[in-house]
Amino acid sequence: MATRIFIFNAVRTVTGPARLGELAAAWVMPALVLAILLAAPLVLSDFRVALLGKFLTFAILAMSLNLIWGYAGMLSLGHGVFFGLGGYAMAMFLKLESAQGKLTDFMFWSGLTELPIFWAPFQYAWFAIPMTFIVPAALAGGLGYLVFRSRITGVYFALITQALALIVSILFIGQQPYTGGTNGITNYTTIFGFPINSPSTQVFLYYATLAVLALTYLLCAWLIASRFGRLLVAMRDDENRVRFSGYNPAILKTIVFALSGGIAGIAGALFTPQVGIISPTMMGIVPSIEIAIWVAVGGRGVLLGAIVGAILVNGAKSGLSESFPAVWQYFLGLLFIGAVLVFPAGIMGLLRGEGWRRPEWLAVEQLRALATRFIPGVSR
Amino acid sequence: MEVWALQLFNGLSLSSILLLTALGLALSFGLMNVINLAHGEFIMVGAYTTYALQQVASHYTGDPQAGVTFLIAIPASFITAAAAGYLVENTVIRFLYRRPLDTLLATWGVGLFLQQLARSIFGAPNVQVVAPAWLSSTVSITSGLLLPMKRIFIIGLVLACLGGLYWYMYRSNEGRRMRGVMQNREMASSLGVSTRRVDSFTFALGSGLAGVAGCALTLIGPIGPSLGTFYIVDAFIVVILGGLGQIPGTIMAALIIGILNTLFEFGTTAVVGKVLVFAMVILFLQWKPAGLMRARGR
Repeated sequence: MATRIFIFNAVRTVTGPARLGELAAAWVMPALVLAILLAAPLVLSDFRVALLGKFLTFAILAMSLNLIWGYAGMLSLGHGVFFGLGGYAMAMFLKLESAQGKLTDFMFWSGLTELPIFWAPFQYAWFAIPMTFIVPAALAGGLGYLVFRSRITGVYFALITQALALIVSILFIGQQPYTGGTNGITNYTTIFGFPINSPSTQVFLYYATLAVLALTYLLCAWLIASRFGRLLVAMRDDENRVRFSGYNPAILKTIVFALSGGIAGIAGALFTPQVGIISPTMMGIVPSIEIAIWVAVGGRGVLLGAIVGAILVNGAKSGLSESFPAVWQYFLGLLFIGAVLVFPAGIMGLLRGEGWRRPEWLAVEQLRALATRFIPGVSR
Repeated sequence: MEVWALQLFNGLSLSSILLLTALGLALSFGLMNVINLAHGEFIMVGAYTTYALQQVASHYTGDPQAGVTFLIAIPASFITAAAAGYLVENTVIRFLYRRPLDTLLATWGVGLFLQQLARSIFGAPNVQVVAPAWLSSTVSITSGLLLPMKRIFIIGLVLACLGGLYWYMYRSNEGRRMRGVMQNREMASSLGVSTRRVDSFTFALGSGLAGVAGCALTLIGPIGPSLGTFYIVDAFIVVILGGLGQIPGTIMAALIIGILNTLFEFGTTAVVGKVLVFAMVILFLQWKPAGLMRARGR
């Protein structure tokens, strides 16, 4: 494969059109995807549009993970938490709008008599909507700074974020009067005065989500192309070298982790009004690690990959898991293994003609070696 | 006073389960730099092995308790889980030694697969293993302090496993090779140690220990396909706190986490207890990023 890249590079420097092809690959495919997503509500039923709108929020979430995993090499297994925090901030706003700033139903059931003090400001959109970014970004930044400062990287970082997912989800389940407990926060009536379940509101939310997705894409593309982006990739490949060049990786990582957490929060904020509920099941360990598989299937380190992966995997999930839940679980398990062993570069890698690799255990010699070891009588 | 002694004892009992789970993780991490997210599922494999054995035994003897089978179930759980671990190592993990983050994802996939397999075979609802009669009693230390026999047995079982592991690592030839590979893989390899063999055996050993933990867990409560996930995150925290693949560090960390968890839970609530422990571990890592014990440089 190395030789092929070498040849490709050599050709590219000699001839012009290869550059053109690269340009096309960089902008034509995203434009194509955007066009499809723009046209989708015209042909799909209301139900499908709502479903696709949900997948688009997942695509934003996947992009936020791709930013830190694909480019900066930090696998977070707790991104569901940031998504959930954004979702909860939005849910608090919607719930207070439904309750006209008074005590909400689940608080009443839990025996609260007045609105908790930290809930009160969330009735104002100017407070609640920035908070969907700020709260998760602050949590990510705070935890990230502590973790990166002590040079905790790689697997350790992944495990700590996984523990975060566990802790926050049980914390939200435990605080029934303030968070709605296991049921989460649901039953909203209006958003900015419009009925939240009406098809026109849902289509509007779909296009709002698509706009945020496009903006996030542009932001990430700009970031990756900038000096900051190069530093991220450099940190992924050799952190010590970046440190010896005079940069402070802890600060760089904290910034990008906080940004990624904030983007995940915005995704959550768009998720809540479209799906109509946010609950701790969306921020636990299981949903958090599933984000990684969207990115891996799509192609990590490729911006479009996260979007494609999130939409395809979730499409397959809603197609398979409703009719054959057992099959879906097996399939998901195999997808995790396959995405790592068989096509590590994901769909985007396959499209580029790289990435598919025959795992060693599919090789004939390996099989024969195994056979001679375990089945007596089979000889070389 | 007696209340506190009981809490301490409960903490010790939680620690012992955590330790049994974390030892396998620490071994495979120390040796191969691999974190196995399917480790919890080997606990589940061990637990269901115990359940299946009891079902078979009670079918033939008509005795629902099947007291003696539990003693057979301990090695049986070890062997089944170890075999599952050996298989997983040979088919998936050995291709990923240079890619620790990818291993996390692949082993998570293995875990999902195993959970669904258990669901398909045994059904989604939890099942209960009937504890043998000789474990259902309590031991009274003082008039107010009654210790359940089950938990004493579990602590004893874990001590026995620790003893066995010590013997394996420090007294047997296999263990000597394992320590050699842990210290310097290339050197050991060039001196004729088959690192492949050591890797698979160590992974199988760690999985087997998780299986024994699963067997012990059947004494405490009902078991289900997602049994492992309840314990696995705590076990990871133990490994992180203990230090990179350090067995003594892992033991200390398991004791600390188990006892702190129980004490905090007793003082506050289960949720706040977990949050406090997590916060303390993060703060501790600020002070000692490599955990309680660190591998000596070379």
